[in-house]
Amino acid sequence: MNTSIISLLINSFWQILVPGLEITIPLTLISFFLGIIIAIFVALIQIADISVAKHIARFYIWIFRGTPLLVQLYIIFYGLPSLGVQLAAIPSAIIAFSLNVGAYTSETLRAAILSVPKGQLEAGYCAGLTFIQTMHRIILPQAFKVAFPPLFNSFISLVKDTSLAANITVLEMFMATQRIAARTYEPFALYCEVGAIYLLFCTVLTKVQIYGERKLNNEW
Amino acid sequence: MILKLENVHKKFGNTEILKGVGLEVNKGDVVTILGPSGSGKTTLLRIANFLEKADQGTLQFDDLHLQLGQVSKKQMRSVRMRTGFVFQNYNLFSNKTALENVIEGLITARNIPVKEAEIIGKTVLEKVGLASRYDFYPSQLSGGQQQRVGIARAMATEPEVIFLDEPTSALDPELIGEVLNVIKKLAIEGTTMVIVTHEINFAELVSNKVYFIENGVVLETGTPQDIFYNPKEKRTQQFLQRIRR
Ligand SMILES: Nc1ncnc2c1ncn2[C@@H]1O[C@H](COP(=O)(O)OP(=O)(O)OP(=O)(O)O)[C@@H](O)[C@H]1O
Ligand SMILES: [Mg+2]
Repeated sequence: MNTSIISLLINSFWQILVPGLEITIPLTLISFFLGIIIAIFVALIQIADISVAKHIARFYIWIFRGTPLLVQLYIIFYGLPSLGVQLAAIPSAIIAFSLNVGAYTSETLRAAILSVPKGQLEAGYCAGLTFIQTMHRIILPQAFKVAFPPLFNSFISLVKDTSLAANITVLEMFMATQRIAARTYEPFALYCEVGAIYLLFCTVLTKVQIYGERKLNNEW
Repeated sequence: MILKLENVHKKFGNTEILKGVGLEVNKGDVVTILGPSGSGKTTLLRIANFLEKADQGTLQFDDLHLQLGQVSKKQMRSVRMRTGFVFQNYNLFSNKTALENVIEGLITARNIPVKEAEIIGKTVLEKVGLASRYDFYPSQLSGGQQQRVGIARAMATEPEVIFLDEPTSALDPELIGEVLNVIKKLAIEGTTMVIVTHEINFAELVSNKVYFIENGVVLETGTPQDIFYNPKEKRTQQFLQRIRR
């Protein structure tokens, strides 16, 4: 490897990392947070067996698991304007990512909730608690522990999936790399570099996951 | 009269499990429900607390008159706030300590301040002999201890009736005694209870009324004297012979 490539990698490192810290990470965190909120509602609606809402929930999951994330991004950013709904790139990305994450993780959560023995819900009722109270105080904390590793999986996937937002003009890590590559004609080195930065992010998250699991397992 | 079930019918699929069962409980009664496996005892108790929905029948709880097929969530809750339930397999909240299990119904359902609830909770746990186990999670307790927490949880809210569904049948023989002793203590204090149990010596000791259920109907009812020593029905005699062996 000649010295000019090395200095290119060093120079570009910050140019890639900064959009990573400023766009990729916040985009991931916000979308995942909103996705989990959606997922809790969608899972609870199904567990509580609320008839009409349940069908809407299943329909939502069907659509967002059954179509490519890239297509969802395109529809929201490029498609909705023709229906008169104009959204900026980053809000569009947040909406698409959170709805997509919500659909997947609601199934994770639903399975985790069902893994908590049903008797504890009944015991909650018998103690005078409502469905929501029992879920909040008894069932969800236990379900969360079960769901933690697969939820983290979804989280790590999302970090990488945010690169798709480059397609709808969001200047995140990957698009920053594309721009440098177009200028310098060094695609191989630069795409390897951005890949390494994603890997770095995910490695940190894996450590966080191990720590989190250890903490959760010490609880009860 | 505090609780009266009448003409309770329940089907699971096409099989009719309860075919018009009735049950009457007065204040201070300790009612034992006896019957072969699969006769519908658990189902009956669960219906009384709306954990199972009956197809037909009425429930009278104190001044409340309910049609069992059409009970609102609010009505369910108002009855549950005045009753307690002890499960065969304890059903303790796994994410809560013994004390937290006992006070959950007080703080969350009845809005009693935590400090106050903890005092009540500790008193009740002490009463079931678990004063040294407040901070233990269910996974750290023996079956007998877990069931005593289950009983403490049911007692803490001072219910007017406690339902107990085979409270000792999941326990190793050497742990049964400690749980029965707790129930006996409650009976002596005048707690109104409905107990499903196969422990007939215990039933004779604590209860004042026995129901024998078979095939979804109450075959015979009376005092422990009547049922255990002078059963009228042949099926009752046979059942008693079988479990006495
Ligand atoms: N949720 C259910 N779905 C289908 N059948 C059920 C259900 N619950 C109970 N049953 C059936 O109803 C019948 C009565 O059950 P139940 O548990 O009330 O009997 P039990 O008298 O408590 O018996 P045991 O002494 O074994 O506890 C059984 O044949 C059982 O298989
Ligand atoms: Mg039973």
